Amino acid sequence: MTIIGLAQIAIVLAAVLAAAIPLGGYIARVLSGERTLLSPALAPVERTFYKLSGVDPAREQSWLSYTYSMLAFSIVGFASLYALQRFQSVLPLNPQGFDPVPADLAFNTSMSFITNTNWQNYSGETTMSHLVQMLGLTVHNFVSAATGLAMAFALVRGFSRAQSATVGNFWVDLTRATLYVLLPLAIVVALALVGLGSPQTLTGSLEATTLEGAKQIISIGPVASQEAIKELGTNGGGFFNANSAHPFENPNAFSNLLENWALLVVPFASVFAFGRIVLDFRQGRAIAIAMGIVLVVGVGVAYWAEANGNPLLSAIGVETSPGNMEGKEVRFGVASSALFATATTGTSTGAVNSMHDSFTPIGGLVPLFNMLLGCISPGGVGAGLYGFLVLAVVAVFVAGLMVGRTPEYLGKKIETREMKLAMLAVLIYPLTVLGFSAASVLVKSALDSLGNSGPHGLSEILYAFASTNANNGSAFAGLSGNTPWYNTTLGLAMFLGRFAYVVPVMALAGSFAAKKKSPESAGTFPTHGPLFIGLLLGVIVILYLLQYFPALALGPVVEHLLLQAGKTF
Amino acid sequence: MLAQLRPAIVMIVLFTILTGLAYPLAITAIAQLVLSHKANGSLIERDGAIIGSSLIGQNFTSDRYFHGRPSATSAPDPADATKTVDAPYNAANSGGSNLGPTSQKLVDRVTASIEADFSAGRVPAFEADAVTTSASGLDPHISPENAQAQVPTVARTRKLSEARVRGLVNAATEHRFAGIIGEPRVNVLRLNLALDTLR
Repeated sequence: MTIIGLAQIAIVLAAVLAAAIPLGGYIARVLSGERTLLSPALAPVERTFYKLSGVDPAREQSWLSYTYSMLAFSIVGFASLYALQRFQSVLPLNPQGFDPVPADLAFNTSMSFITNTNWQNYSGETTMSHLVQMLGLTVHNFVSAATGLAMAFALVRGFSRAQSATVGNFWVDLTRATLYVLLPLAIVVALALVGLGSPQTLTGSLEATTLEGAKQIISIGPVASQEAIKELGTNGGGFFNANSAHPFENPNAFSNLLENWALLVVPFASVFAFGRIVLDFRQGRAIAIAMGIVLVVGVGVAYWAEANGNPLLSAIGVETSPGNMEGKEVRFGVASSALFATATTGTSTGAVNSMHDSFTPIGGLVPLFNMLLGCISPGGVGAGLYGFLVLAVVAVFVAGLMVGRTPEYLGKKIETREMKLAMLAVLIYPLTVLGFSAASVLVKSALDSLGNSGPHGLSEILYAFASTNANNGSAFAGLSGNTPWYNTTLGLAMFLGRFAYVVPVMALAGSFAAKKKSPESAGTFPTHGPLFIGLLLGVIVILYLLQYFPALALGPVVEHLLLQAGKTF
Repeated sequence: MLAQLRPAIVMIVLFTILTGLAYPLAITAIAQLVLSHKANGSLIERDGAIIGSSLIGQNFTSDRYFHGRPSATSAPDPADATKTVDAPYNAANSGGSNLGPTSQKLVDRVTASIEADFSAGRVPAFEADAVTTSASGLDPHISPENAQAQVPTVARTRKLSEARVRGLVNAATEHRFAGIIGEPRVNVLRLNLALDTLR
């Protein structure tokens, strides 16, 4: 570890914090339906959207109706994305003449993009036409993130309102989140990325004759526009197979800084927006600090592990001071790669600028652990906020048990129904991850997909289900996921991780909105101070670390010990 | 739930037009007008022919040139489409080795590359970036230490003085911005192009 490496990490985090607080204020105004700076330009577009789709923006929905709208939108999105892939060969903008995407892969990819996961069992430059990349994948990069933001603020309204039968209007939240938040940010970031060297063209590929006279075919396309929203919407689906490690997606240290910033900024800003809407900045700040602690500890551990390099290669005589460079790019080095890996899994982005499969066992444990927590540091756009608020509910409940009072969060009493819903949500994760991982270990075709053997092979399986279930999408990419088994099970894990989690969360929103807001008293447990932050982190450890510890012990932990002993597989 | 179907369908269509067509096409138009060199892949031409992209690494095998990092990219096997063959720096199919830290294949590959250097009479590479594959398989850069270590081999093959070649490497070395951002690096294609202009 070097001072320069730590400074590289600090610069990104400082830039995120500086932007997140003002952006949070803006997001709060957007999702409260207020006029903003961009209203003169965007309000006519917004009104057109409502008019054509027959939505009355003034009419609010109950939590159930809100959820139905979200599900209907997701189903239609799934169907259209599936159709686009299956018919790409007869549709325009297919310069490389790709065949239709096979059914199981198209199912997996459609599920992946509507759930904001962007797990990729395909390699972009050899599978998907420009039309699919633009009309299918880019669109869902926007709307799946906007859907997350919408659901998060439906839950926030549950806390900010009292005795209300409604939690907002899904169509209005979806439209405003896309038009006012994601689209303007994406335009700015996309143009900045072109300025930094990322291509933006409708050509499919170029042919070059190298200095040694060989033919080099270079895939290219509208990269920058997809790259921008891929990070901002915490999506992570790369234009190319190598994702943000590809020099066209991420040409240099500045584009890397910008992309790293972009994938963290909206999730952190959403937390500050939450503070604004519940009229207590400190509530948002406490959650942001708790998220920040998980993030910073993770970066520290990952950077330390990667900077130490691989002892097996040192033993051959390989220079160790640059750290573990297998699967990393020279222009990023280990510090920026460790930060990117931690940030991309702390959010639900899943974009990678280095190959996590080639990380050291402890370096790879950090992204894996982040995803087992459900990607909550700071989480996906919207998803991080609602995920953390559910944990906050559990934390105050635990506090309430300890002092023997009815627990309250933001003036809302937490009773049996709310605890049942919160637990229903949080237990989906271990059920999916451990259940599917255990099944995969028993299926021969699933084991044939492994790219590495020994404990690292188990880590590959765990990583795949942790990633898809938390809607992250990064991979230990040695695992060949494009098989009927993984296309199906990973697709189901994404479905459960998104929808089986969020339906109880929406019910929670409705339940809180209907409650009275009890006034703060001397006996109210404060939820903005260090005590609460500590309790929150403790609940996360108890709830998740203990459940996953046996599996982790058989994967990365034992691999670390064997690596130190010089064992290979 | 059926009542939700109309807004769902109309909204998907509208967002497709706005974010799937208007957004990427507008960015393409602006990029092509204002930043056409970068928007088209930062291509390098020599004598009117496209040599490559300054962002994308190339496969160098001759001792007349500096070598980039090992690359794990592959291509479909011409004999059997279900299999792949090694194709270093295949810019139509990016990717890394994805070998884990305890992989015997990784250890074997690194050992073999060092032994190959010995038997070919090259100065063996012990720099971390010289024996490891990059994440993209297309890394255009090597570390300055790696470049310096290759100077004797290149100078001998080209019958140039080591000092002249070393001078080129020094000139091609890019440093951290403000001493912090980025990593020290050498763009291999640019360095080799400069090498070709030496007489």
